[in-house]
Amino acid sequence: MSYEGENKIQSTGVQVYYGETRALHGIDLNIGANEVTSLIGPSGCGKSTFLRCINRMNDVIEGCRVEGSVFIDGDDIYADHMDVVELRARVGMVFQKPNPFPKSIYDNVAYGPRIHGLAPTKEALDHMVETSLRRAGLWQEVHDRLGDTGSGLSGGQQQRLCIARAIAVNPDVVLMDEPCSALDPIATAVIEELIEELKSEYTIVIVTHSMQQASRVSQKTAYFHLGNVVEFGDTSQIFSNPKNTQTEAYISGRIG
Amino acid sequence: MASGHIVASFDDDLAELNKMLARLGGLAEKQFADAIDALERRDIQNIDEIIARDAELDEMEFDLNERGIEIIALRAPVAQDLRRVIVTLKVASVLERIGDYAKNVAKRSRVIIEHENNKSDNVSLARMAALVQQMLNQVLDAYVSGDADLAMDVRDRDMEVDRLHTSLFREMLARMSENPEQVSASSHLLFIAKNIERIGDHTTGIAEQIFFLRNGQFPSDERPKADKSSVSALGRN
Repeated sequence: MSYEGENKIQSTGVQVYYGETRALHGIDLNIGANEVTSLIGPSGCGKSTFLRCINRMNDVIEGCRVEGSVFIDGDDIYADHMDVVELRARVGMVFQKPNPFPKSIYDNVAYGPRIHGLAPTKEALDHMVETSLRRAGLWQEVHDRLGDTGSGLSGGQQQRLCIARAIAVNPDVVLMDEPCSALDPIATAVIEELIEELKSEYTIVIVTHSMQQASRVSQKTAYFHLGNVVEFGDTSQIFSNPKNTQTEAYISGRIG
Repeated sequence: MASGHIVASFDDDLAELNKMLARLGGLAEKQFADAIDALERRDIQNIDEIIARDAELDEMEFDLNERGIEIIALRAPVAQDLRRVIVTLKVASVLERIGDYAKNVAKRSRVIIEHENNKSDNVSLARMAALVQQMLNQVLDAYVSGDADLAMDVRDRDMEVDRLHTSLFREMLARMSENPEQVSASSHLLFIAKNIERIGDHTTGIAEQIFFLRNGQFPSDERPKADKSSVSALGRN
């Protein structure tokens, strides 16, 4: 159990290599519980690579090697005995493009609880699906058509379905990799409001190219550049009075 | 920031806002100088013109305000860019206020010129006026050049303005008690001195805004103050 602001995720000296290329040069970053942390920076700066270190998504990329350590609630997630499937249930992920399974709305959300054996009865599973859809702010819109296919929903609804799917297995941490980049401003606002609500129950780390989204949704912001964290601090400080001139140049749209 | 924005028209917007403030500052400075000049030379000719010109200052501040809000709405500035816009809006409203004080100096000068029995030159007032004019001039230079050190130098000199004001206040009380026929002119002179002292305070406020613009925080030390006129009375020092 963690408390707001207390370190949920501790990373020390995280280096990532894609073959010979080093993408991250030793990241030391502590992420607080029950708050939203934004990772910002230009394309190729390593922010998504770092995000994927938190649930070992880099394991599936051929030639990718991770050094250093990442602890979640004091557990070394790169330890030999770590069960990666269990880890990914603890650390859910939402991607740039909504990627619902080609299944019904119900089955999309029920998928995780089923494979993790979380629901002993049909009633329990129904309850989990409803709770997750409610938390994701989608229940009202879909409760009378749970059997419809997930891909028939609008983009914003699909993304909320993916969020419902991620939280159905009751994770501690939710990672979001540019979750709104394919959505219109209204759907984006709905997701942002949802992030605000979700942070009371989950620790959220979000990669975004929208500076304004980072400033709207997060309490902490890390600015990545060329595989390093240039500056990390309270979002209000980063956007009003950054300490580093590179950060200032990036957030204010100057040639760095 | 040495480098410009990738979107160059953003730089143009900020440069235009700066120019608007420079013009506003120039006019506020002129209004103040003209009002003091009219009083010192006992020249009633210019006074109506000074009073009428205050409307121009109001209009310039209004336009600057609109432009600033437009930049915030359209460009969503952050960090130093945001401070630049906010500080410019605040300084503009202070300069407009300085213009109001200058107008009031002009109005009271007319009463003094028309009603004084014998010319009541006042050395402290002249020194105060010269000092505050110099401070206002330098603070506007500091704004344009972004020189926070010069701004802090201006701020430090407000102590001297306060001292002169206190001494002038005591002098006027004594003069009025000795020469009842000078009460009218001396009262107006007191208010003029107060106006000048306030312009000094506002100039100091601008200096602090410049410091904030450059450093993202206000000066940490308390502003030095030496105005004791509010606790001064006859027969007491």
